[in-house]
Amino acid sequence: MPQTSTANILSILETDFSSLIEDWLGTQVKEGVKRSDLFSDSESRAQNRELLRAFSKGVRAGVVNEEFNLDDDAWEDLRAVLVDVSKERVGRGVTPTEMATFVLALKSTLFKRLEAMPDLEGQRLIRDVLMVTRLVDAFAIYTNEIFIGERDQIIERQRQEMLELSTPVVELWDRVLTLPLIGTLDSARAQEVMENLLQTILERQAEVVIMDITGVGTVDTQVAQHLLRAAAAVRLMGAECIISGISPMIAQTMVQLGIDVGTVSTRSSIRTALSDALQKVGYVIKTSEVS
Amino acid sequence: MSGVTSINLVENALLVSIQDDVTDTEIVELQDTLSNRIAKENVKGVILDISSLEIVDTFVGRVIAQLAGISRLLAADTYVVGMRPAVAVTLVELGMYLPETRTALSLTHALSQLRRG
Repeated sequence: MPQTSTANILSILETDFSSLIEDWLGTQVKEGVKRSDLFSDSESRAQNRELLRAFSKGVRAGVVNEEFNLDDDAWEDLRAVLVDVSKERVGRGVTPTEMATFVLALKSTLFKRLEAMPDLEGQRLIRDVLMVTRLVDAFAIYTNEIFIGERDQIIERQRQEMLELSTPVVELWDRVLTLPLIGTLDSARAQEVMENLLQTILERQAEVVIMDITGVGTVDTQVAQHLLRAAAAVRLMGAECIISGISPMIAQTMVQLGIDVGTVSTRSSIRTALSDALQKVGYVIKTSEVS
Repeated sequence: MSGVTSINLVENALLVSIQDDVTDTEIVELQDTLSNRIAKENVKGVILDISSLEIVDTFVGRVIAQLAGISRLLAADTYVVGMRPAVAVTLVELGMYLPETRTALSLTHALSQLRRG
């Protein structure tokens, strides 16, 4: 009887669908990857059913002459379901190992069924076992890929949020802005800071900008370079730049490194910088005479 | 060329508006016209309005620096006003900090600085 390479596997997937899901779930419990703490029973079952349905659809249409490629159209459903499931699982904190073991648990479930098949032995059994192995392995690898992609997206999103959060430009007074810098200043952040700052200068028509580096841990030549470039761009826009928060330690380091700040004004504290800035835009700070 | 860049007398200063589609020849001609007018009209300042300039290269950057240098030699203060953020970033990236040029946020800002002296 001529047989396609996946006939036995398909017949198992199609005739035994429901009990296969139960078995798969059972194996997951045995392997300790079911995470009943994160997913309710009905949720797990629904996920498994969706995955298995998409998987068998792929096996039916996507395997030609024992060859298959999960990037083909025939596997589109599986890919879509996988993306959904992975998203859910990443969101709830499932580890990559758990995710891979979860898929690989399907293998032993299918092996058990193949073993129980009448008149399937020797060469043909081995061939089918091999096929299942290849299919489920590809399935698992693909799952991991999507899983990692999902995580990367989360990391990227968080990085973006952090970048935005860490560069606030604050309007202290009419035409006076301040930019409190905190943490490290690498090229990407310096760029972001500069663009943000210049845009705000344009919007508020600010005449003086105080860049406060009290929160910047170390100032090396590169950080100084970024600061001075930002100051130069601010000046080109027509505003004035004061760099404040230069501690005695940083002042010493800068001189030892031979950093020349040129015409950029520097102040040790934001307090003196503020009073200078207010003076530049025509205000004075006075103590009240009523006391 | 006057269709693209215009020179107007505002208070005691010459206001030069540089348009975005200015060509290299036009900007060189402008240099010539402007230096003649500064000498003839004996103005106190020159204001270069580059707010419509969206793209700069090293050539335009150098011409701006030169215009400022010429005006200073002719005893007029030069203010570059209205530089866009993207243009400022580009100039800094090109290493053109224009240290000799004075800058201002807007025409009003430049005029008030000129009055202050």
